[in-house]
Amino acid sequence: MTLPATIGDPALAGLPPRLVHDETVPARAPWLHTIAAGHTLRIVDVEGNQAVDFLLYSAADDAERYSAQDTVAAQGNIFLRTGSVLLSNEGRPLATITGTNVDYHDTIGGACSCESNTLRYGHHTKAQHACVDNFLDANIRAGRGKRDMVSNINFFMNVPVMADGALGIVDGISAPGLTVDLRAEMDVVVVVSNCPQINNPCNGFNPTPVRMIVAAE
Amino acid sequence: MNTTLHDPRAAQAHARAQGGSTAEAMPLLPPVADDLPAGVAADDLVWEEVIAAGGYASRRLSRGTRLRLVDRDGDACASLQLFNAEMPTERLNIADTLKVQWNAYPGAGSLLLSDMGRVLMSIVEDGTAEDDRGGTHDAFCGASNAASNARIYGEGGNWSAYPNARDRLLLGVAKHGLGRKDVHPCLNLFKGVRIEEDGAVTPQLGPFVPGRSVVLRAEMEVIAVIANCPHVLDQRSWSVTPLRATAWRGPVTSADDPVRNATPEGQRAFRNVEDLYRR
Repeated sequence: MTLPATIGDPALAGLPPRLVHDETVPARAPWLHTIAAGHTLRIVDVEGNQAVDFLLYSAADDAERYSAQDTVAAQGNIFLRTGSVLLSNEGRPLATITGTNVDYHDTIGGACSCESNTLRYGHHTKAQHACVDNFLDANIRAGRGKRDMVSNINFFMNVPVMADGALGIVDGISAPGLTVDLRAEMDVVVVVSNCPQINNPCNGFNPTPVRMIVAAE
Repeated sequence: MNTTLHDPRAAQAHARAQGGSTAEAMPLLPPVADDLPAGVAADDLVWEEVIAAGGYASRRLSRGTRLRLVDRDGDACASLQLFNAEMPTERLNIADTLKVQWNAYPGAGSLLLSDMGRVLMSIVEDGTAEDDRGGTHDAFCGASNAASNARIYGEGGNWSAYPNARDRLLLGVAKHGLGRKDVHPCLNLFKGVRIEEDGAVTPQLGPFVPGRSVVLRAEMEVIAVIANCPHVLDQRSWSVTPLRATAWRGPVTSADDPVRNATPEGQRAFRNVEDLYRR
């Protein structure tokens, strides 16, 4: 069933026909949702240049979770692109990137935290919003804690590595309305921090909302 | 049936007769090392062990302790995880380690950062370095697991001839009361990668010249967990050689230490450590 309000909505183009969920996550906010195997999650960078920090857990066993290192090793590339299979720490596919109109997405930069912010920018930033706090806020209500923090994905974020090893979060390569689609390969719990970082260019110094659409055949 | 060993006293004698045997991979108790750095007293040696090819070890190390890992035969792969021994929910954070130091390739002078903005250990010597930051180490590919080993070797369980690094790390953390949720992204020492402009990962798997070494300094009370299994991108037949670990007591890092003061980010990380121990 397609809801009447979404008819003609360009953000739904190309998605499977049945709309399961459609929610806008405010700037800086966390989001947690269970996605059934086979369903597609589309993340829309509504206003552009917004980093979306993203964790995945197996819904059946949350000790099995997204592993950036397994994913990088298996695909032999640090960038996530269309076709990238997001692997668990036990080497199983959690989800597949079935399409994106952004060149690539990051999975080496990790999440901002109050504590890492004190290192990167100074102790004056400790009280600011941070992605790890968002992950914890969402996860704690679902029975998960700090041990469940692992390296994450940063959709729409750009972390190049130079020939000499120089690495840093640089200005985004996204734009208003660009999307990434993920197909769940098993029942998964998705935890998102719509990144609140304001000290580096990942959000253009201005966090903005993103839209989460789940669709199924 | 061996009729003699049917008798418990004979079985006891048989078992006890093995005492004092030596093997290639074993700890020396008490520890002995004839190649401690100049100025290190033999009494300060706290750990001497050869970790088997395919083996693992885990150990609590006090703040100030130096841990030297030696790729004795040139084909070891030390997958390293670190925890704050007093609060193991604090652990090595590979993403922060790279991002905070603005560099993809850990080497001499690199700090291994926790998820709480503190330095767990620092790399004070890197014998493989081609320059100040050029070690052949890998922060990107992580541990092999049962699935990846099964693809390459046909099997990979802890009980098999081809154990995988993740399951070895699981055993290592379990010995400290930790479990599956505690095994986190790791640093692979002695096996490297380079990242190409398009993001491609180019492995540097050797084998290398024998005897390469890395010296780490514990900046906090840590639990170090080490698996020595083939690198996850190593497509050769089972290729890994024993890893030597030696640790000795040392002073807590001083205020004028060059590694501590190399960068403003590092100085703040050390300040956060010192704040934790201000008690």
